[in-house]
Amino acid sequence: MVRAQGVRKRFRRTEVLKGIDLDVRRGEVLCLIGPSGSGKSTFLRCVNHLEQIDDGRIHVDGELIGYSERGDALHELHERDVCRQRAAIGMVFQRFNLFPHMTALDNVIEAPIRVRRESRTEASERARALLARVGLAQKAQAYPAELSGGQQQRVAIARALAMQPKLMLFDEPTSALDPELVGEVLAVMRGLADDGMTMIVVTHEMAFAREAGHRIAFMDDGTIVESGAPRDVLANPSHARTRAFLSRLLAAS
Amino acid sequence: MTTTSREPRAGTGEAPEDIKAVPVRHPGRWVAVAVLAVLIAMLINNVVSNPNYRWDTVGKYVFDRRLSAAALVTLQLTVLSMFFGVVLAVLLAVMRLSRNPILTSSAWVYLWVFRGTPVYTQLVFWGLISVLYPQVGIGIPFGPEFASFQTTEVITFFVAALIGLALNEAAYMAEIVRGGILSVDRGQVDASLALGMSRALAMRRIILPQALRVIVPPAGNQFISLLKATSLVSVIAGGDLLTAAENIASANLHTIELMLVATFWYLVLTTITSVAQHFAERRLARGSLALHGRP
Repeated sequence: MVRAQGVRKRFRRTEVLKGIDLDVRRGEVLCLIGPSGSGKSTFLRCVNHLEQIDDGRIHVDGELIGYSERGDALHELHERDVCRQRAAIGMVFQRFNLFPHMTALDNVIEAPIRVRRESRTEASERARALLARVGLAQKAQAYPAELSGGQQQRVAIARALAMQPKLMLFDEPTSALDPELVGEVLAVMRGLADDGMTMIVVTHEMAFAREAGHRIAFMDDGTIVESGAPRDVLANPSHARTRAFLSRLLAAS
Repeated sequence: MTTTSREPRAGTGEAPEDIKAVPVRHPGRWVAVAVLAVLIAMLINNVVSNPNYRWDTVGKYVFDRRLSAAALVTLQLTVLSMFFGVVLAVLLAVMRLSRNPILTSSAWVYLWVFRGTPVYTQLVFWGLISVLYPQVGIGIPFGPEFASFQTTEVITFFVAALIGLALNEAAYMAEIVRGGILSVDRGQVDASLALGMSRALAMRRIILPQALRVIVPPAGNQFISLLKATSLVSVIAGGDLLTAAENIASANLHTIELMLVATFWYLVLTTITSVAQHFAERRLARGSLALHGRP
């Protein structure tokens, strides 16, 4: 579903991604872990072209992201095509980023109506089903400021799902939440994983990575240090850097 | 909005009793009230009893047709130039924030010229535009012309005043709009783009509506100063409130009385503006008042 080859990204003179190679199969849940500043979030933002990459290729569902390749030249895609690619990739942010001037329902139906040109009735119907799925059927008319962090994040997941994406990107979805609200968001994500959604999850929740993740990739300093089954990476990390990171995490919790 | 129902705290079971306490005394407030009351009474007494104000003359002119018609011209000029000014301002703000260097620099030059020169000079210039260009035409650049008009027919004094005020207002409003756009969290753009929205759609549906909350209070200020700046159009046309009052005053020499009448009308117009602004702000506060609503 996702194939990244030699992805490099620089911000000014700092190289943030130093050649990322990564494959995610259809229906797979990949958890990206690693210290902050290791490039996890940046990589995620490259997958839906919120950041432009400087070298390498990213394919999603067989389609090159952000460019078209004709002969041996890369051409930047027109904004229209970038939007079309992004519409098929859902993204959930650390800080939720709900639209504060719209109710939960309006947040969910906005893109289906404006981007996919669905009718309001059709979009609303599916939005209500999605809000029910994340356990917020009663909050359809609530504004984001009236919801708890956990509820906001669940609305944000419903909003992303409303575009019927084939891939979901989660950028530290529980890092901004009070500890007692983390569970409700992870439960929704677990449900998604069980339904066979392809997911890339940047997270510090090792319990989630162990139970819901099919594979873990450990990133440090712009490279993927190791990846494998959660049990193996978490229990028997083969690299010293992974071991150091995991023991720091363990010591902190 | 202050009556949002509060659910009883979980776990306590029953509603808490209200605390009954003797409020703190504020003797200073009562002293201030007394002092102010005396001062205000003195002022009112003085203004009413001083025959030099000639309130009977003021009363005669308050609803004078010429003046209320002029107040209407002032209002029209303000509303129209604010409208066109804001439309142009949004365009300029988006240009200044765009990634296209040609657009950003042309917007910058526009602001440089129109904020950097007095609106008075600009109005004189627009008033004399027919001297520079006696005729205007519509046609293909450097090519044939389809129609041509006498400039004085197309650009009447009212239109000249409108253009002058709107172009000047746009320069100021552009910075206010830009500030509003910059105040919106960057995550909102990320979220919009990630959903597949184009930049233009995100701007229109997500960014600008949120920016409006920041834009409206200073825009209200701008509207009121524009209302008063309309008096400057006397240099080219007049027809506005202050000019009409001055004209009458120069004929009958009741200057103070007519200025009082003009003051009254300006206050009526600005009061209407403030009320409108209040309702606009309340509507834009949707989504944030609900919980943090106590002002």
